[in-house]
Amino acid sequence: MATITRLHVNGRDVALQADGERILLSVLRDDLGLTGCKPGCGEGQCGACTVLVDGKPVRSCSMKAAAVGEGKVRTIESLEQIGKLHPVQQAFLDADAMQCGYCTCGMIMSAVALLEEHPAPTEQQFLAAMDGNICRCGIYNNIRDAVKRAAETLTKNP
Amino acid sequence: MKTSEVSAMDRRHFFKLLGGGLFVAYLAEPSKAQERRGRRGGPPRPMEVSAWLHIGEDGSVKIFTGKTEVGQNIRTSLSQAVAEELHVPVASIQMVMADTDLVPFDMGTFGSRSTPDMALHLRKVAAMARQALIDLAAKEWGYSDRHLQAVNGRVIYEPTPGQVEKNVGYGELLKGQQLTATVTDQIKLKPATEWKVAGTSVGKVGGHDFVTGKHHYTTDMSLPGMVHGKVLRAPAYGAKLKSLDDSQAKALEGVTVVRDGDFVGVTAPNPSVATEALGLLKAEWEGGSGPSNKELWQVLKNNFDRGDQGKQIDDALASSAHKLEQTYTVEYIAHCPLETRAGVAEWKDGKVTVWTGSQRPFGVKDELVSAFSLPSEKVRVIVPDTGSGFGGKHSGEAAIEAARLAKAVGKPVKISWSREEEFWWAYFRPAGVIEVKAGVDAEGKLTAWEFHNHNSGGAAIETPYEVPAKFVRSHGSKSPLRQGSYRGLAASANCFARESAMDELAAAAEMDPLEFRLKNLKDERLRAVLEAAAKRFEWKGRKGHCGIACGIDKGGYVANCVQIELRGEEVKIVRIVAAFECGAIVNPMHLKNQVEGSIVMGLGGALFEAIQFADGKILNPVFSKYRVPRFSDVPPIDIVLVNRPDLPSAGAGECPIMAIAPAIGSAIFEATKKRLRAMPKSV
Repeated sequence: MATITRLHVNGRDVALQADGERILLSVLRDDLGLTGCKPGCGEGQCGACTVLVDGKPVRSCSMKAAAVGEGKVRTIESLEQIGKLHPVQQAFLDADAMQCGYCTCGMIMSAVALLEEHPAPTEQQFLAAMDGNICRCGIYNNIRDAVKRAAETLTKNP
Repeated sequence: MKTSEVSAMDRRHFFKLLGGGLFVAYLAEPSKAQERRGRRGGPPRPMEVSAWLHIGEDGSVKIFTGKTEVGQNIRTSLSQAVAEELHVPVASIQMVMADTDLVPFDMGTFGSRSTPDMALHLRKVAAMARQALIDLAAKEWGYSDRHLQAVNGRVIYEPTPGQVEKNVGYGELLKGQQLTATVTDQIKLKPATEWKVAGTSVGKVGGHDFVTGKHHYTTDMSLPGMVHGKVLRAPAYGAKLKSLDDSQAKALEGVTVVRDGDFVGVTAPNPSVATEALGLLKAEWEGGSGPSNKELWQVLKNNFDRGDQGKQIDDALASSAHKLEQTYTVEYIAHCPLETRAGVAEWKDGKVTVWTGSQRPFGVKDELVSAFSLPSEKVRVIVPDTGSGFGGKHSGEAAIEAARLAKAVGKPVKISWSREEEFWWAYFRPAGVIEVKAGVDAEGKLTAWEFHNHNSGGAAIETPYEVPAKFVRSHGSKSPLRQGSYRGLAASANCFARESAMDELAAAAEMDPLEFRLKNLKDERLRAVLEAAAKRFEWKGRKGHCGIACGIDKGGYVANCVQIELRGEEVKIVRIVAAFECGAIVNPMHLKNQVEGSIVMGLGGALFEAIQFADGKILNPVFSKYRVPRFSDVPPIDIVLVNRPDLPSAGAGECPIMAIAPAIGSAIFEATKKRLRAMPKSV
C-alpha cells in the first residue's frame, strides 16, 4: 500500500499520511475536513463529490488519492475569497438554485470548470459538463439560470 | 396574560436554559399537534404545546419547532410567518428545529402539514408576543396601547402619525422580566392581503452556508474520537446469518467487529478502512427469497365483493353510450435522497445523543428508547438540515445502527449509508394496481365510476368529477417489498389512473380532453387551475403532441399541460405548463421551486424510475441502473401560481407531483394512439 504524504489542495501543500488506495473523496473529507464535496453514489454517477484537479472536474468518489500525484486540487472551500463569493456561488444564491443543497457544491464545482473552459457555453457544452450532476430536488432550471447569470458576470468582469 | 397553561416545568426549563425575557407557547388540541399516541376512548388528552417562542433580554428571537428542514425551505417560510406578526426582520429570527431536548413534541414533517399547521401556530405565537410587548410598554409608560405599535423590533409611541415620542427595543423592554404567555383564541392575525414579509420571495435562510460547503449535514459531522461504522447486510431479504469468520477483518489496524445476533458491524478510523473490513468478513447466510416484478400484479391484487354498489355501477354502465374497463399499474420506486441515511451517535453518562437526517425526530427518538430500553430523557435526537427526504426518511435505521456500534465500542460512531444500502434497506413508494370501470352518456357526461386501488393508498382517491353512480375503494395488500411514505404517493397513483381513464373516455366520446373534463367538473378551484394552465399553454391552438391532466391533494390544486416529441421509443418532453393553487402564497419563489421540483420528480416516475427485484434481491440498486431525471430530461417549465389570499395556505411539497404522468400519457396518445397504462412508461 502506497502511503501519500502530500496533497496540493486549495493553493497550498498539505502534509498528511493516507493510504493512496483510498478514494480522494474520503481523504478530502475525513482527513482534511473538507466536507463540501459529498458522497452521493460511490460510482461517479451523481456528481455531488465533484472537485477540480488541474482545472478539470473529477468525481472524487471514483478516483484514488494516489492518482492525484502532483495535481492541484480545488474544492468548494477555496472559492470564497476574502469574504467575497465566487460569481458562480453568488449566482446560485441569486437564482435560488438549491433546495436541500446537498448537490449544490458539486454543481457549483462542475459549473466553475465549465465556465473556465467555455465562458459562453452552448447547450451541448452545458450538458456535457452538467448532465452528470443530479439534483434530486429537481430545480434544474434554476441551476441553468444560475450558470447563465454567472457566465454573464464573468464575461463582464473576467 | 394567561400563565397557567404553561406548566411550571416548561417555564423553569426555559428560563434556566435561555435566561429571562418573554416566552410564548402555542397549545393545540392533541389531534392538531398531530398527536397519535393517546388511547382511543380514554379520557380527553391535555392540550399539547406545539411550538414556542422566546425573546431574550438581549432582544434575540428564537423559535422552537419540531419541524425539519429537508430542502422544502420551511425554515425560511416559518421565519417569514414569525417576522410578519412579530414585526422583526427575518434575519433576526433564529429557528431552533428538530432537537428533541429543546423543541416540543411534533409528529414529523410529512403530509404537507407544516404550512397549514405550524406556520399558523407560529403566526399566532408571534402575534401574541407582539401584543404582550405592546401591553408591557403601555404599562411601563402609562399610555393606552391605542397609540403604541410594534415596528422593526421596537415598540413605539406615536400619538400623531409621523411623530414618534417614545421608542424601546424588545430586549430593553424585557430586561429583568420572566414572562410567559399562551396563545388565546382572541389573538387576531393579519389577513394575507396585508402581508408584507410573508407572501414575498425571501431567499433561503442560511443560503450562504450551502453555496460555500459550510453547512454540515449529518453525513459531514465529526466528533472528537469518532470512528466510522459499516453494517454487514444480508444478500437477500429474509436471509439469516449462519456463520461468521471475522478474523481477517479484526486484524486490520484500528478495526473493531461488533456482533449482536444477526447484527454485525465494524468500526474503523475512516470509511475506506471500514468498507475494507466489511469486505473481509466471511459470512454464510441461509434462506431469503421473494417474488419478482413479473408476479407483482397478481401478488398485489385482492379479491373483493362488489355487492350492491357494483350492481348500481353495472346498471348505469348498461345504458351508457361509451364504456371503459381498464387496469393501470405503478411500480415501486425509490426516493433517492441525495444524502443517504446517516447517523452520528455519542453515549455520555448513560444518555445517547444521535444526529440524523430524518423527517421524524421524535419517531427516531421512540425507536431509540425502545431499542435500548432507555427512559425518554436519556435519548436526544438532533436533525441537522437534511439532504432531502421526499417521505423517505421517516425511520431511524442509521441512527440506531450508529447508537448500537457507539455503545459497543465506547466511542462516537458515524454511519453513512452507501447508495446501494439506501436502495436496499430503506423503503419504497408502494407499487399499485388500479382497476377502473366507467361510462359516459351520449352528451359526454359521466354516468358511472368504479375505482379500486390495490396497495398504493387512498389519498386523493375520490374523483373530483360529477358522476351519479360511484364506487371508490382503496384495498391494502401484502407488499412483497418494504414500502412507506413518498411525496404524494397515493395521489400520484390515483391521479394517474383517474386522469388516464378520463382521457380515454374523452377520446371514446370524441371530445377534446379539456372540454370533457370541464363538462364533468364543478369544483371551482380545480376548474380555475385547469383553465389557467390551458390559457398559458394556448391549449386551443396547440401544435404538436400535447396532453393535459389535473388533480386535488392535501389542499392543493394542480393542472399540467405538456408537449412531447417522440424520438423512436423515447419520449422527449418539449415543454410543460403547470398551474397551481394552494390558498394564500407564503413565498412565491420557493413555492415555484416546490412545484417545479415535484414535476421533475414526477417525470422520473412517469418515464423511467422502477425498482427491479427478484428472489429477495434488488437488481438495480445504483444510479447507473436506476435512472433519475437529469438536466437533459427537463424542459422549460412555465408555472402559473394562482394566489388566493382569501383562503388559508396549504402545503405545496406534494400535490404538484400528481398530474404530470397522466398529462404525458395524454400526449403520448395524441402522438401514437397508444395508451400509457403503466408508470413508468418503460420498465
